[in-house]
Amino acid sequence: MKIIDKATVKHVALLSRLILNKDELELYSKQLASILSYISKLNEINTKDVPPTSHALATLKNVFRKDLLKPSLNTDDVLKNAPSKEGAFFKCPQVIEGK
Amino acid sequence: MKYETVIGLEVHLQLATQTKVFCGCSTKFGQRPNSQTCPVCLGFPGSLPVLNEEAFYFSIKVALALNCQIQNLIKFDRKNYYYPDLPKNFQISQYDMPLSYNGVVYIAPQGSGERKRVRVKRVHLEEDAGKLVHPERENYSLVDFNRSGVPLLEIVTEPDIASTEEAYDYLVRLKSILKYLKVSDCDMEKGSLRCDANISVRPIGEEALGTKVELKNMNTFKGVRLALEYETKRQIGLAQEGEKIIQETRLWDSEKQITTSMRSKEEAQDYRYFPEPDLVPFVVDNAVIEKIKNSLPELPEAKANRFISEFGLSEYDAGVLTSQIDIADYFEECVKLYPNPKTVANWVTGDIMAQLNARNITMDELDVLPSSLTEILKMIESGVISGKMAKELLLESIETKSRPEDIVKKKDLFQISDTAKLEKMAKAVLKREKKSVRDYKSGKTNALAFLVGQIMRQTKGKANPAIVNEILKKELEG
Ligand SMILES: [Zn+2]
Repeated sequence: MKIIDKATVKHVALLSRLILNKDELELYSKQLASILSYISKLNEINTKDVPPTSHALATLKNVFRKDLLKPSLNTDDVLKNAPSKEGAFFKCPQVIEGK
Repeated sequence: MKYETVIGLEVHLQLATQTKVFCGCSTKFGQRPNSQTCPVCLGFPGSLPVLNEEAFYFSIKVALALNCQIQNLIKFDRKNYYYPDLPKNFQISQYDMPLSYNGVVYIAPQGSGERKRVRVKRVHLEEDAGKLVHPERENYSLVDFNRSGVPLLEIVTEPDIASTEEAYDYLVRLKSILKYLKVSDCDMEKGSLRCDANISVRPIGEEALGTKVELKNMNTFKGVRLALEYETKRQIGLAQEGEKIIQETRLWDSEKQITTSMRSKEEAQDYRYFPEPDLVPFVVDNAVIEKIKNSLPELPEAKANRFISEFGLSEYDAGVLTSQIDIADYFEECVKLYPNPKTVANWVTGDIMAQLNARNITMDELDVLPSSLTEILKMIESGVISGKMAKELLLESIETKSRPEDIVKKKDLFQISDTAKLEKMAKAVLKREKKSVRDYKSGKTNALAFLVGQIMRQTKGKANPAIVNEILKKELEG
């Protein structure tokens, strides 16, 4: 069985809002397959009795901050790297539909 | 064939913390765009989220108030999607291990007289996205990230709601509980409380659920009601015609009063959730859960029951008074000053709430002291003013923000209870209104009301009607 097929790569590209041409699709499918098969070595380990880990530091838990205000960035600085802006807003291509 | 509706509701609630859920930026509403942002809520590479303790415990409080179980191990996940309001291209949310699950809210829609359980599937904590502005007739959108990272609680029900009325009642009761907990301003206009719905129809008696449609963009409780009514009719119409109902998201158009399909290029929702590696897991000790449980305020239903047993109120009055925490508090303050709960209840559910509705404001905004009402009630009781004068006095006291006693003194509103004075007036009226006197004596007793009215008019409403009544009766029959 193939570890990843072209249809999946296409689907993931769509989710990521990437347009891939035929060559790219070919190339990325191959590259992703190689990455995934390397990673899939992990599946060989029996993890039946190992609880899932969501954080690298397994012993660490309940890290909070107090609900205290910290200065935000200056709006001009915030917008400094924006390729497009209007007033104090970021400007982007029109989006009309919901999420 | 007869059809029934099956509804599940999804409420998003902004928590009233000072700062955002994962950074120290302010959550204040209505500020200059992008003035409350930092590397964390703008999704700059390398920035790290740290959970706001207050947001977390607000969430636990809500979960417990909705009778939920708290998850043993709470973790956060990344919900991936690409949209300009989401700077990181993922939202920190919760997927398979939400903060809490298996809750219940009791509803009792008006007129049904029945109490019904609506199961709460899950309550989880996530971050809000930024706000998009779409300038008209332009081909671009604008993004404001002030809202990005504001703590958002998602409260999802099971499909236990069977009608528009039930949905409305659920929302009203949920909002009431949330206001009692003081965890959010629940202001729909500001977007602090938002509601989406899943709705389907099925033939009565059928077990399997019909195809569900997701409804969005209902910005008010009234919008929710209208959208659900519209969608129910639309779906039943289709089902009766034998047409297929498509699984889709539809948007409520409040101007045209219809729902329209939100055609999405991305058919299946595919968020590719995975654990958020930048946040550690969270565990709440049972002792802490117990402590929070015990510190929860008395909630609407419990308060209503207490009002019934402690003050002898009707179920209806108790329900109305406890629907909003500030009204319930006002009522109790008044009862402390004037221990006649039934009279106070009548005035609060009557004149006071009429003012709130007429002005479309809250108790806080009405800004009337409990003592203003109780002073007036005491004046009625001692006969200083009549019931009718009292209503006007309350209104004036609200409008001029002055104490009822001062108004009475200033305007000389004292009721005339001076028997000698009223007797003199009664005799004069009886002399003048011979026809009414004859009518009364021939058995038309309602002539008395006319005669009382004459004296009330003469005194500009200041005569004590009970005393006038008594005097006139005595004169006529004596
Ligand atoms: Zn921030």
